[in-house]
Amino acid sequence: MSAKERRIEDIDHIVIRFAGDSGDGMQLTGTQFTDTSAILGNDISTLPDFPAEIRAPAGSLAGVSGYQVNFSNFDIRTPGDAPNVLVVMNPAALKTNVGDLEPGGILISNSDAFVADNLRQAGYTQNPLEDGTLRNFRLYKVPITKLVDNALKENPLSFRQKERCKNFFALGLVYWMFNRPMESTLKWIQDKFKKNPDVLDANTRALNAGFYYGETTEAFETRYQVRKAMIAPGTYRKITGNEALALGLMCAAERAGKHLFMAGYPITPASDILHELSKHRRFGVKTFQAEDEISAIGAAIGAAFGGAMAVTASSGPGIALKTEAMGLAIMLELPLVICNIQRGGPSTGLPTKTEQADLLQAMFGRNSESPLAVIAPATPGECFTMAFEAFRIAVKYMTPVMVLSDGYLANGAEPWAIPKIESLPVIPVHHPTSKTDGAFLPYQRDPGTLARPWAVPGTAGFEHRIGGIEKADVTGNVSYDPDNHEHMVRTRKAKIDGIANDIPHADIFGSPEGDLLVVGWGSTYGAIVSAVEKARAEGLDVSALHLRYLNPFPKNLGDALKRFRRVLVPEMNLGQLRMLLRAEFLVDAIGLNKVKGQPFKIAEIGRKIHDLNPKQMPSARRAAAVA
Amino acid sequence: MEPGNGGSAATTTAATAAPAALTKKDFVSNQDIRWCPGCGDYAILSSAQNVFPKLGIPRENFVVISGIGCSSRFPYYVNTYGFHSIHGRAPTFATGLKLARPDLSIWIVTGDGDGLSIGGNHLVHIMRRNVDCTILLFNNRIYGLTKGQTSPTSEFNKKTKSTPLGSIDYPINPISLALASEATFIARTLDTDPKHMARIFQQAAEHKGTSFVEIYQNCIIFNDGAFEPISDKTTRADNALFLDHGRPLVYGKDSHQAIRLNGWQPEVLTFDGTPPANVAVHDETAVDPSWAYLLSRMDPQAGFPVPLGVFRRVTRDTYENLMTRQIEESRKKSGPGSASELQALLTGEDTWTVPA
Repeated sequence: MSAKERRIEDIDHIVIRFAGDSGDGMQLTGTQFTDTSAILGNDISTLPDFPAEIRAPAGSLAGVSGYQVNFSNFDIRTPGDAPNVLVVMNPAALKTNVGDLEPGGILISNSDAFVADNLRQAGYTQNPLEDGTLRNFRLYKVPITKLVDNALKENPLSFRQKERCKNFFALGLVYWMFNRPMESTLKWIQDKFKKNPDVLDANTRALNAGFYYGETTEAFETRYQVRKAMIAPGTYRKITGNEALALGLMCAAERAGKHLFMAGYPITPASDILHELSKHRRFGVKTFQAEDEISAIGAAIGAAFGGAMAVTASSGPGIALKTEAMGLAIMLELPLVICNIQRGGPSTGLPTKTEQADLLQAMFGRNSESPLAVIAPATPGECFTMAFEAFRIAVKYMTPVMVLSDGYLANGAEPWAIPKIESLPVIPVHHPTSKTDGAFLPYQRDPGTLARPWAVPGTAGFEHRIGGIEKADVTGNVSYDPDNHEHMVRTRKAKIDGIANDIPHADIFGSPEGDLLVVGWGSTYGAIVSAVEKARAEGLDVSALHLRYLNPFPKNLGDALKRFRRVLVPEMNLGQLRMLLRAEFLVDAIGLNKVKGQPFKIAEIGRKIHDLNPKQMPSARRAAAVA
Repeated sequence: MEPGNGGSAATTTAATAAPAALTKKDFVSNQDIRWCPGCGDYAILSSAQNVFPKLGIPRENFVVISGIGCSSRFPYYVNTYGFHSIHGRAPTFATGLKLARPDLSIWIVTGDGDGLSIGGNHLVHIMRRNVDCTILLFNNRIYGLTKGQTSPTSEFNKKTKSTPLGSIDYPINPISLALASEATFIARTLDTDPKHMARIFQQAAEHKGTSFVEIYQNCIIFNDGAFEPISDKTTRADNALFLDHGRPLVYGKDSHQAIRLNGWQPEVLTFDGTPPANVAVHDETAVDPSWAYLLSRMDPQAGFPVPLGVFRRVTRDTYENLMTRQIEESRKKSGPGSASELQALLTGEDTWTVPA
């Protein structure tokens, strides 16, 4: 059978995982494949998974880096439970990843890397490519290192340098296998290495060699094709959560007619927000890499006092350091956005792995009664919307707002319908400049929002002092009066509670009442809704409610919970939202808790739903659901 | 211009108001002062309130930012914008505010505990960045507000509430620290010499960049007399060395003592009549900080006078100017940052369209 005659099989989705040493360029390979698929019009969802060590010892299990991408011709919400295709660049990558590959899945290996030393490091006593243990998979042994070396005979680079191109060979082969065009990656290579023609040439050749290898060798009988996804009309791009967050912050500043001030301190997985924003000086974005986390939030508060749209971003341990200053911001009643890109904890924990165990910290992790608004995006693209929303709330209510993202949203990517800036709401800002009479009263509140005025330095006649000591109501003078203190504590709480009047009701996916409601927040959205969708397709009386607003909760939440016999709360923590729901609504919620540094699989939630043995949907409701 | 979009110097109010003849009274707030009677802080407050109206800056453009401690109550007593923040962190709020609003005149009030202990890190970094502001560090060598514990500038072996057997902490030298932190203006003054204080405050305010001023300040309750030999007018002349740029290092009641250098070792010499030619001459503008460092290490225990005045005054770009310049230059290079450019940024380079 000649190469050209090979059949192309249409499938509706495929999950590929690329895995190799952290120096093998797997994140790049995955990103390139994702970009190409996105531009082709597939729906995509990704899960980069890499070690905290930048270069763990080559060939070691600790150093394995992976990138999983799910691409489809329909609307998907997760990077997929199990890869259909696994590409492994060495024995360690095989060892740590093969357990996830679906039975009968395609396994492409760089057979040249399966040598004694690498096998030993991965804990293999014999070569798994040869001993029959992989017989349940469609195993392709490709001598990638040798093939790359051959393809680059004419290139003057050293053997070591040539070897580094093997990820592009693997990418080329996978491009062939899934019938993808290579233009986007070729262009990327050209842009990236234009100053280094030998490297440009080597990577281009390696990519092409991989593609041609698929075409010419007889080993691969079938090619696959995933057609464009039927998603909502519009113009799309691929976006990660951290990119979306940074752009959302910038657009909020734009719609407030202000410039953005961002202060941060390097920390995984939040640093990319600082990196992204620091590129945009021309938009008046002022980024400040502070000497520590405390300084970062301090600078943001200082900038907010001066009238800037101020934000700081960090992750668990960094957020812990900022807590005293958050209390100050609550006392000062200044607008401030704090982004917490959650990661595994406590302490340093798992810097590159995801978790959502900072919810109670966000709610209560400060001394005394110190409420602030807490919101959480559910998808990478939604990080844009919620960053924008954070500023809207912060400015309107003169309060710090915490955005709870996580490592999975931050680094994961999906297609994003590009918004038109002029269609985004205006964020009204008012700095008083002219008084009616008498002294300026910095703590005289708007009766509706309970927000105090945002008078900024440089405004004559509005000189005033703010600080962390308790304020007298209205005047803002230092006050130790017991009644005033209680009044102010209750007022600060009432102000945050009042935001509930200004946020959307929680939507229910499924039916407004029934047997089982699955309640989630943050990045578990995709897995939860997909699992519930499946259960409903099986006729089970299960619905889902996903919270984007955690403090205050949407006003309809208590009522919505009461309409279901049981409530299940899957979380990547030990039950933090569940604790809040129980405390607030006296609902006997059931937990599904996973703290492995990995997002939920759809099947894990599906299994729990089945364990709870939900009733079949009443026929009337089923008919409605189908309709 | 919206505040917060700051960049240029003038605000709307500053631009229109003729530099009104401000007086000390304009900088006195209506708050009752709650420092202990006899505290050195009163004199420092008064000197600052004397200097502020002379700087040609509209009152509303002053912001006084403090941390926590006795000295940090300062902003409440000055009728400008004020910010009483959290312990040790005043430089962080000041940095953010100055970056957002380069048009403001920012004053940080801190103490030896606030600035050198809990906030030591921030103090170092604001100075190395050269954020334009004036830092007044009230050094009384004790924790006053918490009622008398040892501080980072307390003498070795000092007996305090927290060190009843004597402190085993070796003290830090604020001027040496400021030099190591690359501060561009470094001075020392004392609470019992209002004229000197006012002169130093004025010079500090006029300096572009971080001005660090250590003020020897007497805590009458917990560390009274800490600076006795120089704070007492009758003994000051023999124990203090007033630094003047370009002038020989001469001191003493009848100006009969001087400092000369023996290699890199300072020596005290006594003379009659005119000072000898080999007396060291002060150069506050020396780019190399070694000279200022040498002055900062002169130890009264070893028979040297305590230098007062400006140790160092050099020119370096301020942090906020460097940032403003980056904004201007990237606008020149890549476009003015218009809404359509922001839309292009949102759109990115690789897009695809799903038809309706």
